Amino acid sequence: MQILKSVIGRKILMAITGQCMVLFAIVHVLGNSSIFMGPNGGLINAYAEHLHAFPPLVWVFRVVMLVLLCIHVFYGITLTLENSAATPANYAVKRHLKANFASENMIWTGLIMLAFIIFHILHFTVKLSSLGVAEGTDALGRADVGTMVITAFHNAGYAAIYIVAMIALFLHVSHGFQSFFQTVGLNNDRTQCCFTGIGKLVAFIVAIGFISIPALILCRFI
Amino acid sequence: MSEQNGMNLTLYVWRQKGPNATGKLESYQAHNVSPDESFLEMLDEVNEDLIKKGIEPIAFDHDCREGICGMCSQVINGVPHGGQDRTTVCQLHMRSFKDGDSIYIEPWRAKAFPIVKDLVVDRAALDKIIQSGGYVSCHTGGVPDGNAIPIPKKAADYAMDAAECIGCGACVAGCPNSTAMLFTGAKVSQLAALPQGKAEAAQRVREMLKTLEECGFGNCSNHYECQAACPKGINVKFIAKLNREYMKSIFIK
Ligand code: HEM
Ligand code: FES
Repeated sequence: MQILKSVIGRKILMAITGQCMVLFAIVHVLGNSSIFMGPNGGLINAYAEHLHAFPPLVWVFRVVMLVLLCIHVFYGITLTLENSAATPANYAVKRHLKANFASENMIWTGLIMLAFIIFHILHFTVKLSSLGVAEGTDALGRADVGTMVITAFHNAGYAAIYIVAMIALFLHVSHGFQSFFQTVGLNNDRTQCCFTGIGKLVAFIVAIGFISIPALILCRFI
Repeated sequence: MSEQNGMNLTLYVWRQKGPNATGKLESYQAHNVSPDESFLEMLDEVNEDLIKKGIEPIAFDHDCREGICGMCSQVINGVPHGGQDRTTVCQLHMRSFKDGDSIYIEPWRAKAFPIVKDLVVDRAALDKIIQSGGYVSCHTGGVPDGNAIPIPKKAADYAMDAAECIGCGACVAGCPNSTAMLFTGAKVSQLAALPQGKAEAAQRVREMLKTLEECGFGNCSNHYECQAACPKGINVKFIAKLNREYMKSIFIK
């Protein structure tokens, strides 16, 4: 395939898969916010039940997300390796004019998230017993997601893992969002600052949304 | 200038005997430097001093000394061309430095630009990219009358902005990934905007990108460091255009 051989083709695949995952993160944070609606974990049990009502759909969705992630991570790692091979010698003094912490550390914030995603799935999806997950059912006989999450985040260590990962998410998306538009060629000098601004805002809102859950539970607000 | 009212500077210059030798930063003193001198004139004086002392002078590239040829390739204090907005090394003047300053001078560093000697690098890779598609293959005849080929002003301006590139390689030198996508994007955009260039746009972008990769350049990750380093201020919108032209080329045989 021509696209897979081309420098830009591979980059475009990484950009599209990345932006799809940003969309997923936005939907995910909106869904999670149901934990704030009502007492004791709120509406999250009802939300979770609806999500899992039709198992084939759940599995199709999981496979699609896994494929997106694998493509993104594969090209993220290989392109980063190719890029460092293209710059074998470093400058004794180098001052960056435009590159920033987020853009320079995409691979590291990405790898933090990769580790996090694996942990997160073992924690709340597989509900690995060695992670001390409080599995149970609520008064209506539904899986008690609210209690599971609240119990987990009363542990400062688990709350910290989620918060650190979401800071990585913020950094990654704050560069990645606008980077997508540039990479797929939907950008010019007029739209650049707009995409940069929207990207930072989206990254901030999504990250704050996710962080608020472990942070507020840890501080016993829920 | 006989009076001693110029600046005294400490230079840390990359010295490397040949392509395969190991290089290192050597320190030299520049005495009584006039603020009116250009950076290259300052280096000329340092070299005269070195010759008098029996030390091999610093090798550096230069040609026009008026900011149009793109030969003067030096990373000064960590920024290609020294970091003054839209300025080549030859157009950088010593008035932007202060008495007592330390100045680090290094060659462009990229796998695709092997060092020849000291500050001189081989930028032939950029020529290879152009040779692989940065042209129009049909005969366009002699210079036509100014208005004979109707091109909208907007398209002409756009092509001209892209054509401003002097091929100096600062975009590569400044890029954390050492990619030449701004250079390639500028040529692809310039030709794709004009009627003579449009016909071969798809083939051109494919060939030029293939050569870019073969030459050992990296891949753009949108740091936009290139535009900031470019002495002509070539805009990164031309990289978006390059990506767009590539996308279009997928659907064209
Ligand atoms: C899980 C959620 C993730 C999201 C939402 C996400 C999103 C994005 C987006 C939108 C981009 C910009 C694409 C472009 O260059 O135009 C990007 C780039 C990138 N991502 Fe991710 N990503 C995620 C996970 C990861 C992971 C797990 C890695 C691990 C290797 C990773 C590594 C990278 C790298 C290296 C880049 C390239 C940055 C650059 O252009 O310099 N990402 N990501
Ligand atoms: S010597 Fe020609 S651009 Fe500097």
